[in-house]
Amino acid sequence: MRVWKFGDNIDTDAIIPGRYLVIYDPRTLAAHAFEGTRDEFAESAREGDIIVAGRNFGCGSSREHAPLALLGAGVRVVIARSFARIFYRNAINVGILPLVCRDAPSIEDGSAIAVHLRDGYIESGGKKLPIEPVPAFLQEIIDAGGLVEYAKKLERVETCTGSQS
Amino acid sequence: MAATLVEKIFSQKCGRSVRAGEVVMAPVDLAMVHDITGPLAVQKFREMGGTRVFDPGKIVLLFDHQVPADSISAANNHVFLRKFAIEQEIPNLDLREGICHQVVMERGRAGPGEIIVGADSHTCMYGAAGAFATGIGSTDMGFVLKFGALYFRVPETIRIVATGTFPPRVGPKDLILEITGRLGADGATYQALEFTGSTFQTMDMPGRMTCCNMAVEMGAKAGIVPPDRVTGEYLAGRRDTSLVSLSSDPGARFAQEYSFNAEDLTPRVAVPHNVDQVVDVSRVAGTPIDQVFIGSCTNGRFEDLKEAADVLGNRSFHPSVRVIVIPASRTEYLKALRAGIIEKFVSAGALVEAPCCGPCMGGAFGLLAPGEVSLSTSNRNFRGRQGSTEASVYLCSPATAAASAINGQITDPREV
Repeated sequence: MRVWKFGDNIDTDAIIPGRYLVIYDPRTLAAHAFEGTRDEFAESAREGDIIVAGRNFGCGSSREHAPLALLGAGVRVVIARSFARIFYRNAINVGILPLVCRDAPSIEDGSAIAVHLRDGYIESGGKKLPIEPVPAFLQEIIDAGGLVEYAKKLERVETCTGSQS
Repeated sequence: MAATLVEKIFSQKCGRSVRAGEVVMAPVDLAMVHDITGPLAVQKFREMGGTRVFDPGKIVLLFDHQVPADSISAANNHVFLRKFAIEQEIPNLDLREGICHQVVMERGRAGPGEIIVGADSHTCMYGAAGAFATGIGSTDMGFVLKFGALYFRVPETIRIVATGTFPPRVGPKDLILEITGRLGADGATYQALEFTGSTFQTMDMPGRMTCCNMAVEMGAKAGIVPPDRVTGEYLAGRRDTSLVSLSSDPGARFAQEYSFNAEDLTPRVAVPHNVDQVVDVSRVAGTPIDQVFIGSCTNGRFEDLKEAADVLGNRSFHPSVRVIVIPASRTEYLKALRAGIIEKFVSAGALVEAPCCGPCMGGAFGLLAPGEVSLSTSNRNFRGRQGSTEASVYLCSPATAAASAINGQITDPREV
């Protein structure tokens, strides 16, 4: 397991370029992840590797191919200072855990970290970095194993019932 | 209690008071899918156990990213979606009409007070019709196809107030680039942008579409112009609607408020490789360009093409520049054709293509080689967006694009 560190405003075109959007298989997409901007990722990312980024990770296009490409590369957790809205939802829906951590920029590329989900922190370089809780309604989807699994159990949805985020 | 326009839309849909920050499972009035995100949405719909879509009449299905099909895979996707449309009895607009967002607008499928989702980030464009419209991913869309509803976190609203009239050859694209530069690429994440003030009130619908379209470039969930007489005139004849006046209450709570003065605005350019890297055109004037793209859901309408043609006059485009012009839809294409604008472009040396996303999606055609520079009226200049990751994309208005295409270098449209 290693950390792949990225900066701010990593857009979904960078994660998976437009010319590969005819592909939907995660493993095939993974072969083109970060193509042209960080080629070594597709070559050497391993199961369990973690992406760590700055602000606004996953901005731009709504393409779900982006989290799918990361999933195909073995990534299960993305940690960022902040996420773009559509990517954040897409990640949860396909089974990637997006974690918001204000101190993400302090985590070093290539390092090993431990994510303590239940206790709400990341252990990095001997420090405990707090992670923000996932909104309750999304936690239900995560607990179900993604939106497909969540939806399978539903016959119908009750609209306009509310909760606080 | 005073409510924002967006809170009112969710409250009306839900029949009770809904406030920003609340999470609701809200019914959707329209769901739009296209040829890139559609196949995966259908796959997810089926994996969820979906057999019949919630309401075929509330689904818009069309192809625009890869039309005509540029690969066998793309052709397969089209076949897949055509079969789904037949099976589900969804009226399929297929590849003949144009860019999804333009088609939804011109067919009157988006209206004031509606909640609309689209499997494309620029779905926020329908805020020009007074709808709450937002882009979603394919799995969320699969859920919508099955249930006709989706979880929404009702967003706070940032109010953008623009006043005054534009100087000559400065317009809505310059304004929205200026706004994006000020707010930043994540300045409105998970929030809605409400565009108000005299500049927006007097702006025509194409201009409002340009501005709402780019709300997502600031991370916004939606961009919206309070529906008014201009909205009503546009929608008349396109849909049955008794336009209700809908606006934020006096005293409504906004997360932030920004003011802009259109009178002082100059032509703006977003420089590589982020949309919020916005400068005055003078800062980059003289930059040699290899390709100019006039089109996209942001700036491919008749008014955009006319703006470019007016700058062009009877001149020719620079021989070293590939000028690609793509009307946003068949309807806009015909308008431009009948007005003699298409002939003008072709005579000047442009490649005029059939309505589609074109170079903006970076996969179909019009790609850039390493080291090449593109000036584009579209919405994103990310590294690699239009081809090689070693190419550069600048964003601008149709007027600036035309002026630059004449000179072969980035040019202030007021100086040609």
